[in-house]
Amino acid sequence: MSRGQPLPHDSAPLHVTGAARFADDIPLPAGCLHLAFGLSEIACGQIEEMDLSAVHAAPGVVRVITAQDLRARFGAIPDCAPAVPDEPLLSDTGVEYHGRPLFIVVAESHLAARKAARRAKIRYRETKPVLSIDEALEANSRFEQGPVIWARGDAEGAISQAPHQLEGRFEVGGQEHFYLEGQIALALPLEDGMHITASTQHPTEIQHKVAHALHLPMSAVRVETRRMGGGFGGKESQGNWLAVASALAAQITGRACKMRYDRDDDMVITGKRHDLRILYRVGYDDQGRILGLDFTHLMRCGWSQDLSLAVADRAMLHADNCYLLENIRIESHRLKTNTASATAFRGFGGPQGMIGIEQVMDHVAFALGREPLAVRRANFYKDFTDISPGAGRIQTTPYAMEVEDFIGNALVARLEASSAYQARRAAVRAWNASSPFLKRGLALTPVKFGISFTLTWLNQAGALLHLYQDGSLALNHGGTEMGQGLNQKVAQVVAEIFGVQAGEVKITATDTAKVPNTSATAASSGSDLNGAAAREAALTIRQRLAGFMADKHGVAPEAVRFEDGMVRVAGESHPLSRVATWAWQARISLSSTGYYATPKITWDRVQGQGRPFLYFAYGAAVTEVVIDTLTGENRILRADILHDTGSPLNPALDIGQIEGGYVQGAGWLTSEELVWDEKGRLRTHAPSTYKIPACADRPRVFNVALWDAPAREATIGRSKAVGEPPLMLGISAFAALQDAVAEAGGRRIWPALTAPATPEAVLAALTRVQRDV
Amino acid sequence: MSGIAFTLNGAPVQLQQADPGRTLLEFLRETRGLNGTKEGCNEGDCGACTVLVSDETGHRALNACILLMPQLDGKSLTTIEGLKGPGGQLHPVQSEMIACHGSQCGFCTPGIVMSLATAHLNGDARDDQVLAGNLCRCTGYAPIIRAAEAARKEPPPAWLKPETALICPPISRGEAPAAPGGSAPPLRPSSKAELAEALLAHPQARLVAGATDIGLWVTKQLRDISPAIFLNGVSDMAGIEREGDQIRIGAMVTFEQLRAALRAEHPAFAALLDRFASLQIRNAATIGGNIANGSPIGDSPPALIAMGARLTLRRGAARREIALEAFFLDYGRQDRQPGEFVEFITLPARAPDLRCYKISKRFDQDISALCGCFNLRRAGGRITEARIAFGGMAGTPKRASACEAALSGAEWNEATIRRAMQAIADDYQPLSDMRASAGYRLQVAQNLLLRAFHDLNGDQTIASIREVQA
Repeated sequence: MSRGQPLPHDSAPLHVTGAARFADDIPLPAGCLHLAFGLSEIACGQIEEMDLSAVHAAPGVVRVITAQDLRARFGAIPDCAPAVPDEPLLSDTGVEYHGRPLFIVVAESHLAARKAARRAKIRYRETKPVLSIDEALEANSRFEQGPVIWARGDAEGAISQAPHQLEGRFEVGGQEHFYLEGQIALALPLEDGMHITASTQHPTEIQHKVAHALHLPMSAVRVETRRMGGGFGGKESQGNWLAVASALAAQITGRACKMRYDRDDDMVITGKRHDLRILYRVGYDDQGRILGLDFTHLMRCGWSQDLSLAVADRAMLHADNCYLLENIRIESHRLKTNTASATAFRGFGGPQGMIGIEQVMDHVAFALGREPLAVRRANFYKDFTDISPGAGRIQTTPYAMEVEDFIGNALVARLEASSAYQARRAAVRAWNASSPFLKRGLALTPVKFGISFTLTWLNQAGALLHLYQDGSLALNHGGTEMGQGLNQKVAQVVAEIFGVQAGEVKITATDTAKVPNTSATAASSGSDLNGAAAREAALTIRQRLAGFMADKHGVAPEAVRFEDGMVRVAGESHPLSRVATWAWQARISLSSTGYYATPKITWDRVQGQGRPFLYFAYGAAVTEVVIDTLTGENRILRADILHDTGSPLNPALDIGQIEGGYVQGAGWLTSEELVWDEKGRLRTHAPSTYKIPACADRPRVFNVALWDAPAREATIGRSKAVGEPPLMLGISAFAALQDAVAEAGGRRIWPALTAPATPEAVLAALTRVQRDV
Repeated sequence: MSGIAFTLNGAPVQLQQADPGRTLLEFLRETRGLNGTKEGCNEGDCGACTVLVSDETGHRALNACILLMPQLDGKSLTTIEGLKGPGGQLHPVQSEMIACHGSQCGFCTPGIVMSLATAHLNGDARDDQVLAGNLCRCTGYAPIIRAAEAARKEPPPAWLKPETALICPPISRGEAPAAPGGSAPPLRPSSKAELAEALLAHPQARLVAGATDIGLWVTKQLRDISPAIFLNGVSDMAGIEREGDQIRIGAMVTFEQLRAALRAEHPAFAALLDRFASLQIRNAATIGGNIANGSPIGDSPPALIAMGARLTLRRGAARREIALEAFFLDYGRQDRQPGEFVEFITLPARAPDLRCYKISKRFDQDISALCGCFNLRRAGGRITEARIAFGGMAGTPKRASACEAALSGAEWNEATIRRAMQAIADDYQPLSDMRASAGYRLQVAQNLLLRAFHDLNGDQTIASIREVQA
């Protein structure tokens, strides 16, 4: 059986030999030109004069394309935005952020284009940018008319009547994706359209934006993506700019055009995870049970809307995490600022919402002097085994979705035991008592993450499967491969249906000409949607083969079995290749599409009511850290993780997502700090200044296990999505750091640690808690 | 001479003109179509472009993105395409990376494989050090470490060993050497004497040692660095000599050579160098370059100043020796005359009381927010000599004179230290930038003195967080 096997990534042999071809590795068509954007040097203002004569005159420059050129040739400046069209490709009037593309250099080489782009002389009338959350609030600079508010029960009344109240303010930084392969696109003009190769999570959107830009029907634009060198949400919408620019330049010059960002440009131009401030007021009882809760999310969205509304919605949808909150009010502000437009990033707002409630749990536990895990438990939803699903709305989320698959209690109990949480809690306390300068911290945080796109119509997928007359299989589906092993998982699903090895299923590039109208590979949905669609295609072909062989032998189609590469019927055994040949000769179609649409989901985002998710994925992590109280330096010592991927399609790939997601989440909350200066310039625009976790930052002891029980919903193979949920396991690292700071202060003053918990942030918190000692 | 010769995956390559501003990465990808070596950051920070470079001194992992072509002369270069066996057999690192699920997106993987294969060849099992310069955004590193551990059970494959025999192939390097007084300086002088003469004739020439800084002038600032003189052929400037109670370090000694050589005599300095950039950078970067570029955040000057290192500069045949701290005049300005170059650094053979602390957002491969080095000599319960220097606290690496004055001659106790901590505020007015705020820098600088005090007293409770076990 292929499905469920811990097979390596299908491209692993290509990865390790350098033979895996990324977009920049494709041999270039003859005469290919290279593009670079000229970028604005201010964050906000008007362009008074653009002198590009030196750019034109630079060596190797073939052409310079401005906003004016585009208006003249295409009637308008093409837009690059994924939602509302508020991202015109170029500007020669207003500047909305530092690094905004203003013009395109088309040159004979990548280096020539980069060099020429810097020779522009632009005069600006600079105006004061809106940069911070406070400045945006003051200027009422926002998307939508006002904050989005969802409420259940009477939060205000419950808070005021509760035995205890507290309030807090929590600053959480953003995060740069730092995919190792930067953004890139290649456009090849065809006789009647455009072919695009792009590193994108969303080929259909590239197709749509390029078609719109060139005034072509979508059928005349074809987009291919074989693989990305990492995506993490950063290639959901941010690649549009390069593809549209390349396509326009290819249309204008009639030559192939390629654009890739140098790393610094990539980090300056493209959006990142939304940073935010969370304000909370909470009423609770002596056990730490939350009786009423009021959240305010102040999210910095940057200069354009991009995906921010959906991101902010998802933050609200995860404000409950694993906790039943009867009286809750969430107010979400989507603030517009003169910074790069914040965008999708693994978790898509979920991490921001979730860390808010986890901070509340720790704050309540701190105030009560109770063990934080006990407070969390006091608020957990009930496990589904302890309720009768469907018997009524027994436990629902703040947005009125029934929680009918909760396993948090059992999962946390198992992790608590396997990680020796309680014993280590005591050991940490004892160690700290004898360590004046170094302090340890420990925390367990859970994850409940909703699976499905909240934009309901995106929850669909298609696949195309060919069985050739020699028995070989070629698979296409709408998902894209960014390292997560999606293609391998889907191939395993198909291989199992035909009773062959996964390696027998040829994996091909994602191609809008083969599978149309795809959704982004995002929201952790890749294997759920595409695996199910591919299954439909495979079953269709198998049923045809089974019917054909059954007719031949006068048996029922169900009596035909596909196993070990053979087709078995009526005591005979034939290789699949021979059966394929016979079926072809018998004029039976050996090609099929497959289609899947997620059932059960309904969602009213205005009211904040419905069932936006088919199911939830669960997990929990225990992290132990140590801090240096003289410097704030800190380190993760150990992480124990138990995570739910249902019955995994490929447990090895799932563990890879969990380990990697945890480290990426911990990086977000520790060393990864984005710094803008007072002019709105990003100062951390390269790996020299922006520090993602390095090898030595991984937990030295790293125990990762799968919950390994079938999903309650009828997902593909009863597996669960795994792309995003593990990132939020990294919240335990932040909670542990805060615990260590609290220990250092003798647990008198709430640390109110900010994220990321850089050495400086930790030392600032230490200084707070060590006041008046 | 402007031509170079090297071997590339076993085959000789000869270039009549080596462009000083062309990187090896561009050459591999654009000229040779060897696309396995990736561009991740183009500044030597991510390691996706790691290649194996061998010469008579050994095998080293280097970043191709900031390796300039003239630096390759006489070397044997192996890229990811050259790692497999002649029959296509996978290297043990490659097969274990597959078996252990060490790749996800695969973009960093060739660089990781090259770093691990180089370490495998060298018998280097310090995985965290080996991979400090290879960023992976997907895996969280755990499976890569498992692969490295598993690969160690296999010996280096036979097909990789012959590579060392191909070093310095007897192939032509192009036309005759340019005359020292000609219109352009020689690209690669082969001795100090030749360098001295060339620099006298071309005082405006850019000296390129490891190119770990100048490489970024090329790839990020897009500057033309010519006329450039590459120092990698100046073999008589790459030695470490011990004379009595002195150690003399040639300017072209790399940090990795230095780190290994000084382990016994200067453990605190060597431990600081463990965190100097990454292995790929340490394999290229030289001590002379780190000093000569005058960076306020270079990690070696604070330690060297605290040790009392002296710098020897040479112009033609004339030499002068100065205290290292005197070399750093102001931000971006050093005491180097036209035609003069850093020849060697002289250190005391021992500095048992030296303590070095580097503070950065990330432990490995990060630039210091501040770096504090303390050399506190004591006798009879008193401090006999205090030499303290910081990086990241001023426009240059700078001694903490007021703090030193507060310590010198004073009793060795916490009260003295507390007083001296206050004096640090008189020594520095640090800046706020993306690495840290001024307030943090000052607070930590003061706290590091307290740390040094407890550390020198042998207080075990102040061990580094790196030594704490789960």
